[in-house]
Amino acid sequence: MQLALFIIFGLLAVAGAINFLLQRHPINSALSLVVVMMSLAVLYWSLGAEFLAAAQVIVYSGAIMVLFVFVVMLLNAGEEERTHGSRAAYMAGVPGAAAIFCLLSFIFLSNGRAFGSTDLTNHLTNAVNNIAEISQVLFRDLLLPFEVTSILILVAILGAVVLARKEQ
Amino acid sequence: MSHLTEFQTFLLLSILKIAVVLVITLTAVAYTVLLERKVLGRMQNRWGPSRVGPFGLLQPLADGIKLFLKEDLMPLASEKLLFILAPIIALTCALISIAVVPFGAITRITANGISVDMGTIADINIGLLVILGITSIGVYGIALSGWSSNNKFALLGSLRATSQLISYELALGLSLVGVVLRAGSLRLRDIVASQSAHGALSWNIFGGFQIVAFFIYLMAAYAETNRAPFDLPEAESELVAGYHTEYSSMKFAMFFMAEYANMITVACVATLLFLGGPTSPLGNLLPTDFGGPILSAIFPILWFVAKVFAFLLLYIWVRGTVPRFRYDQLMAFGWKFLLPVAILNIIATSLVLALKG
Repeated sequence: MQLALFIIFGLLAVAGAINFLLQRHPINSALSLVVVMMSLAVLYWSLGAEFLAAAQVIVYSGAIMVLFVFVVMLLNAGEEERTHGSRAAYMAGVPGAAAIFCLLSFIFLSNGRAFGSTDLTNHLTNAVNNIAEISQVLFRDLLLPFEVTSILILVAILGAVVLARKEQ
Repeated sequence: MSHLTEFQTFLLLSILKIAVVLVITLTAVAYTVLLERKVLGRMQNRWGPSRVGPFGLLQPLADGIKLFLKEDLMPLASEKLLFILAPIIALTCALISIAVVPFGAITRITANGISVDMGTIADINIGLLVILGITSIGVYGIALSGWSSNNKFALLGSLRATSQLISYELALGLSLVGVVLRAGSLRLRDIVASQSAHGALSWNIFGGFQIVAFFIYLMAAYAETNRAPFDLPEAESELVAGYHTEYSSMKFAMFFMAEYANMITVACVATLLFLGGPTSPLGNLLPTDFGGPILSAIFPILWFVAKVFAFLLLYIWVRGTVPRFRYDQLMAFGWKFLLPVAILNIIATSLVLALKG
């Protein structure tokens, strides 16, 4: 079951990502990104991280991507012109991407055992309530970093308000 | 049935549950429309639909046939794919969230060595978050419908709807935190169980002192479902019909059904979180096995339906009574009133809980 979910939604995520690059219209690209986010949420869920999955859907697909679509709609962005791309991108990008891909697959294949594996079915049937675990980590063990992050976000909100406010 | 494996049994029972719940929900959607037309009619001193069948009871059927047989118009300048996809997204998201709602008490049926709870489709331990997530995805249906129809009224309507939904989602989510704090869980069954001690006295709206949260939830829910007095996205006096101006036939019907299905979902969530869900308001006055095993499985469902029905009547009553807000009033109300009050409610609830425990 987990394997079937992984194959279906992994392929969907990859297809969405490729479609994101190939689409000419910004709205279609944004929607492909939504598909990628949702498939990732399903993958998180199948790994037993249901809180992360729900947060992924609510925050990324439900809030951030809606804002993206909203802005594209407001600006009425048209279709993009396709360019041939710069030569430097081909010279450096293609070998670079290939090198990173080879390096990562080499590491994962050679040291796969050292990363450890998770027994998914066991994890799911035991039904560990990982909301309790996450909240203990967030609000007890990592309380200071959590509060500092929230202050950082508050500063960002205040900055946005100051920037958006009309001059008196 | 013994030649089926455990997984196949589970699958069959789940499909059965889904089919039953889907049929009941869609029928409820059709009859909520009729209920609204009848009740609004009586409020405005007229009869409402009364010609088709006894008391107009077959009106939803006639409406369905009419919408099904109408010509399906498609504007030439529209984005074809997104234009077709938008009502599908809206209706799907409206119907999916009913899957985590527990309608009745835990009713276990054991077949083939696997025991399945027939009181709910899926008992997920983050049920509340799933509902919030699916609601936030539903925005795409409205946003895309307005943009893809290539019509200024539709675009204005969908821009209004999107910004209204994003704004009121915050107040809606925050109003639920107090309830979650009291229950200590995001599973809807646990939230219901936390209110079941003394019947109506221990419901979150009365004994739990979450009446402020209920008020915020009520306001935010009206805005989330684009209903009066917050129905600016489809304000017919300014925007023709808002985001579904260009839709006809079954595509329009899907938006219409999505709106009413959303109403029912919102009523279900309000029932579960504030009105004790399927538990009886009489509490322990009646014995738990009152009326035998079958009746005691049916009674919770009846209580649930009665509470949802009362909430829907409140919806219709408000629509018949309150005039529409202006757009700046809507935004100011959401951001400057509901949001701070929701945050204050969270602080007060957590202080009380911390001092008690």
